[in-house]
Amino acid sequence: MRLAHAALDVVDVPMRALQRLVGVPRIGWLFVAPNLLILGLFTFLPIAIDFAFAFTGGVELYPSKRPYVGGENFATLFECTDYLDPSTCRKDLFWRSIFNTAKFAVIQVGLMVVFSLVTALVLNRRVIGRGFFRGVFFYPVLLSPVVVALVWKWVLQREGVLNAFLTGAGQSPIGWLTDASWAFFWCVFVSIWAHMGFYTLILLAGLQAIPSDLYEAAEMDSASPRRRFVRITLPLLMPTLIVVLVLGLIRAVQVFDEVFVLTGGGPGSATMFIVQFIYQTGFAESIRLYGLAAAASLVLAATLLVLTIAQLRLTRRSLDNRPATRDG
Amino acid sequence: MRYANHIAVAAIAASLGTAAWAGEIRVQCYSDGNECEVTAELAKRFEAQNSDVKVAIDKVPYKAVLEQLPVQLAAGEGPDIARVTDLGGLSKYYLDITPYIKDPKYWEANFGRTLPWMRSSPSDKGIYGMMTQLTVTGPYVNKTLFEQANVPLPGPKATWDEWADATRKVAKATQVPFAIAFDRSGHRFSGPAISMGAKFFDAKGELVIDDGYKAMAKKLYDWNKDGTMPKEVWGGTGGSTYRDAFEEFANARVVMYLSGSWQIKRMDTQIGKKFDWVAVPNPCGPAACTGIPGGAAFVALKRTKNPKDVGRFLDFLASEPVYTEYMARTENIPAHEGVAKKGVDYKISPQSRAALSTFVAEVPKLSPVAYQIQGYKLNRAIFNPTAARLGQAIVGEITLDDALKRISADIDEQVKAAAK
Repeated sequence: MRLAHAALDVVDVPMRALQRLVGVPRIGWLFVAPNLLILGLFTFLPIAIDFAFAFTGGVELYPSKRPYVGGENFATLFECTDYLDPSTCRKDLFWRSIFNTAKFAVIQVGLMVVFSLVTALVLNRRVIGRGFFRGVFFYPVLLSPVVVALVWKWVLQREGVLNAFLTGAGQSPIGWLTDASWAFFWCVFVSIWAHMGFYTLILLAGLQAIPSDLYEAAEMDSASPRRRFVRITLPLLMPTLIVVLVLGLIRAVQVFDEVFVLTGGGPGSATMFIVQFIYQTGFAESIRLYGLAAAASLVLAATLLVLTIAQLRLTRRSLDNRPATRDG
Repeated sequence: MRYANHIAVAAIAASLGTAAWAGEIRVQCYSDGNECEVTAELAKRFEAQNSDVKVAIDKVPYKAVLEQLPVQLAAGEGPDIARVTDLGGLSKYYLDITPYIKDPKYWEANFGRTLPWMRSSPSDKGIYGMMTQLTVTGPYVNKTLFEQANVPLPGPKATWDEWADATRKVAKATQVPFAIAFDRSGHRFSGPAISMGAKFFDAKGELVIDDGYKAMAKKLYDWNKDGTMPKEVWGGTGGSTYRDAFEEFANARVVMYLSGSWQIKRMDTQIGKKFDWVAVPNPCGPAACTGIPGGAAFVALKRTKNPKDVGRFLDFLASEPVYTEYMARTENIPAHEGVAKKGVDYKISPQSRAALSTFVAEVPKLSPVAYQIQGYKLNRAIFNPTAARLGQAIVGEITLDDALKRISADIDEQVKAAAK
């Protein structure tokens, strides 16, 4: 106790000196300054530079050397005769990547939430080897996305494991990654396989937070398992489900690494998503159109902002509407 | 704002860059075969002769040279010397080593034909580096399959159509799935396109998609549609991503494979005696029977703090005995006139020797258009959309006509952006 007082005294002296120096109202700023500095340098400054690039043209990297072009980059991206037909757009690949991303996000997130929920429900029961299975489902989350993609590429390529089984069974090999529909399917599948464990874990935590006495009471009232799920589990799990849904959606919109290694965006542009479009435009081409890439990244940022606001509102509404778990 | 720019660019560069200490030069190198390993051994010899200089060889994947090096250089960072293939595209970052080499006339006399590839304009007379290899595109053929099918190899003046017919017959007789494969690359496509009559430039000297280019594009498209070519090479990946068809050829899934002289070592080590492979002269079109030259060069970079040491090291590599050894050990075609005239004693298999002779014999037959497009600093403005858009057409995402229109639009956009 005496030691703690001594320590406080040590801190007290410089703090009083600082208070005298900067004044009490401003001392708070001093505490948050280190964090603000890091945030400013690695978050706000890149955002400002992104804006600077989006409104300038040319191929120079230094913003000061780039000519101001106003909204030209955005106008180029949005120049379309028919927004539903990418081939009528000046930057057709941008629109193809937008449509691909939207399709991917809806299918991948929908399926992933369902599979994660079912897996979490199973793992929440007293099954043999529950710990082992929890580990098995979580393991892919620990792997690097590049490793995940390379492993699956080895399975799915023309001379891969899956086709070896097919040809062994007397069937013709299938271009799993070279046929547009199959390639898209495998992108969704691999992405679910790689990330499901993380969302399962969140849902499992949500399930374990539901008081067991509610289920006991429902059992005493002879409620069927389905009714217990609909009336107890689902409403009480809703805030967690919304978090999972929105996190999954944000992750799906940002998808890049696994798909890029697995298919390179092909065949054609069947699996090219918005982040790959940004990367290719800004970094992979010989003549780098940083301005166009920056404008596309701002469009992506705006989309993610909308999703985040939606998450906050939905979470708040869900918490407000949550039924009371105990009387009083 | 200026400070903000500098901080931002420095932050980007710090994550990518490698700084050299005084007396140390860093060489960023990628290998087609064993180029970096041989360079490292030669660098040790250079260090023994020049005890005040240390040479660090950073071996990187080819993709890093294509995608990361330009960003590093734009940020004023990067190595002192790099092995690059976008010779003209990066020219604004090159250091003129004329003041730092012993005898610029020696360089002009021996590398005179390829020095302009690294220059920013015809009026530029600087010396920026030396070609570590001269490459020529051309086809390889699985001779064993031809023998099994009892189909004679077409002669040296055979056209692309004759080769397509012959390889299709071989594929059918031997039950090989595909007749021909091209690397997925606009550069590789250009040789056959020039043979079909492509000029690439209009009267004003601007890049253009002409009838010769369109004729070859149509052939490539049709061959992918009718199963002559494996769709997964050009259609299997997205954007302008490079993909070679070596695995298809090595696994005897195609009869003929259009790539280039740099694959000889790989052919030798990975195929060896599994089947007889031969390099054949470039097939003909109505305009020519040509491939396209190319290659990689060690270039000096402006950002170096040790220009004298950079000049000394490049001078050492360009000296006749060292260059000869380099060519012999890396099994490349020399760009050094003197070495080429004297010949290189390659310690290679008879198959590789024959292939190398075929490619060397292709050099004098190369069309002037092939040199012109290779030496044009924005040549990737046409190479990259060629791979990306024809790939889209092959998988049926857009029509061939749309693809050709899109290639023209992509070229315009990129050339305009580069001019801003």
